[in-house]
Amino acid sequence: MTELISVTIVAPLAAAAGGLLLRSRPLARDVATLAGVGSAAVCSHVMLALVADGGPRSLAVGGWSPEIGIVLVVDMFAALVLPVALTLIFIVEIFAIGQRRTAWGANPELAGPLIAVLTSGVALSVLTGDLFTLFVAFELILVSSYVLLTHQGQLAQVRSGMTYVVMNLLASVLFLIGVAYVYAATGTVNLALLAERIPQLDSGVRLGIGAWFLVVFGTKAAVFPLFSWLPDSYPTAPTTITAVFAGLLTKIGIYSMIRFHTLTLMDDLGPAILATAAITMIVGGLGALAQSDVKRILSFHVISQIGYMLMGLGLFSVAGVAGAILFLIHQMPVKTLLFLVGGLIENHEGTGSLDRSGGLGRRRPLLAAVFAVAALSLAGIPPFSGFVAKLALVSATLEAGIISVMVTALVASGLTLLSMTKIWTEVFWGRRTAGDSPPVPGAVRDRRTMNAATACAVAGTLAVALLAGSLFDLSVRAAEDLRSPDSYVEAVVR
Amino acid sequence: MSVALLGAVGGLTAVGLYLMTGRPLSRIVLGYALLGHAAVVALLIAGGRAGRPPIAGRAVPEAMANPLPQAIALTAIVISFGLTLFLLSLARRQQALSGDDLVEDDLEDRRIAARQGEPDEPPGPSAP
Repeated sequence: MTELISVTIVAPLAAAAGGLLLRSRPLARDVATLAGVGSAAVCSHVMLALVADGGPRSLAVGGWSPEIGIVLVVDMFAALVLPVALTLIFIVEIFAIGQRRTAWGANPELAGPLIAVLTSGVALSVLTGDLFTLFVAFELILVSSYVLLTHQGQLAQVRSGMTYVVMNLLASVLFLIGVAYVYAATGTVNLALLAERIPQLDSGVRLGIGAWFLVVFGTKAAVFPLFSWLPDSYPTAPTTITAVFAGLLTKIGIYSMIRFHTLTLMDDLGPAILATAAITMIVGGLGALAQSDVKRILSFHVISQIGYMLMGLGLFSVAGVAGAILFLIHQMPVKTLLFLVGGLIENHEGTGSLDRSGGLGRRRPLLAAVFAVAALSLAGIPPFSGFVAKLALVSATLEAGIISVMVTALVASGLTLLSMTKIWTEVFWGRRTAGDSPPVPGAVRDRRTMNAATACAVAGTLAVALLAGSLFDLSVRAAEDLRSPDSYVEAVVR
Repeated sequence: MSVALLGAVGGLTAVGLYLMTGRPLSRIVLGYALLGHAAVVALLIAGGRAGRPPIAGRAVPEAMANPLPQAIALTAIVISFGLTLFLLSLARRQQALSGDDLVEDDLEDRRIAARQGEPDEPPGPSAP
């Protein structure tokens, strides 16, 4: 079990090193990075099975006591989120290999190894049992994302990359100062020990720490009013990169927020979180309506959806947190899939702009169908995964009797559907305004790899819908463990 | 806890944040460096009172400074050193591409700025 934890983190890093060494040999490089990411994904699935049977486990790195050493913990929450995240990265990596080096593709020499580094960061941030290792994991993710975002060196990327880099650097410094506060107040950065010590603190200090980390994680998760860097920077990156960022990075921010704020019993912050959640949902939805580019619309949806997860957390009830976890699991594949489809649209049309494309539904009916599945999923229309997740959240809000937030969530759903309809009518219906058979410079002729990867992502979203019942049961178990963290603390301290 | 150190954290944070709100990337780099120092000093304060160097055999454990925040601070310093270099290379790239190292407005700001001066609603073809 403990070996699995270490392999999940170390294998992608080793693959990144191997990929960089084999830079000039494309086949060996792709095999190396895929093997690293793939083995981490396999390990995470095995861990889910083991944790579902045997409860949370922990690994004290180097054998140090949890008071001073690094601890890696896998509990139900981590075991549930990790397989989804790592499998998606694996799928995107395959898509990236198919996309090759085009105007929209990333440079494969760098992108493969960097995505592997990012994988390791994601695994570490999910599995870590202490606040400072979480900081290091965030840095691992961010450093690779900075390079992935700007490595093509075009003016638009450097311009928007700067906003992204500066904003995240500021958040990282705030995180570090927060770690200092927590250490000064409690004498430890271990999450399990913090779960015991922070609730005993004076309420002013406790809420101060809670609010501070709300800002830190909120910046990573693009919560209102800290979101403006996201829709500016995401669309300029190559599609595969945006798909990973949108599917995972903001979700890791929310994951950390759920982990930290439930473990340390920040229930008093609930109303503030709920209010932020409501504004985030609406602002994201309205922002999407105002856009006229596929990737920019999708970027604003990322923000809107973050509001839903925040809403589940803000309730601070088992039902609410379980809804947020299920929503997190549903969001990752759907969001990734939408950006992959966005990439395929760009590959066909030579543009992601709504004004210049049209009639794709007749020429590529299958692509239209895939987009429809993802769009309806995102909006929460019944047979698809979004419906189950939103139903869980809405019923939890209703249970708590907070009608205003529930109505806001439903309105935001409507806004999502509206802007999805906009993409549908402009891209898949109508006719091309730029002529019938346009030359698309740099488009990939052989799309088999990209199509296969997209098909895997579709299978993933449908699987979430089909398995919704058992996933919800697991989410409830994860939420119960988070609300009463005895088993988590026991696994670490023993 | 030393008041002088607390003052240092406050001062570094204030100057760092002020520099970071500027537009030239070179100022932002300096601001980020100062903020990083503020965080490191804050970590040192969090470690409690000063003491002997925490090296085994050189002092009794009771007289030693707390080594854990120092280890954390050291890691943070290394990370921020690397990121400062990355920021500098980004500034260099921006300068090569556009001739200056200013952080430009984002797309949304520019669209809003472009709309100023336009009438609120485009004149319709058949206004009654």
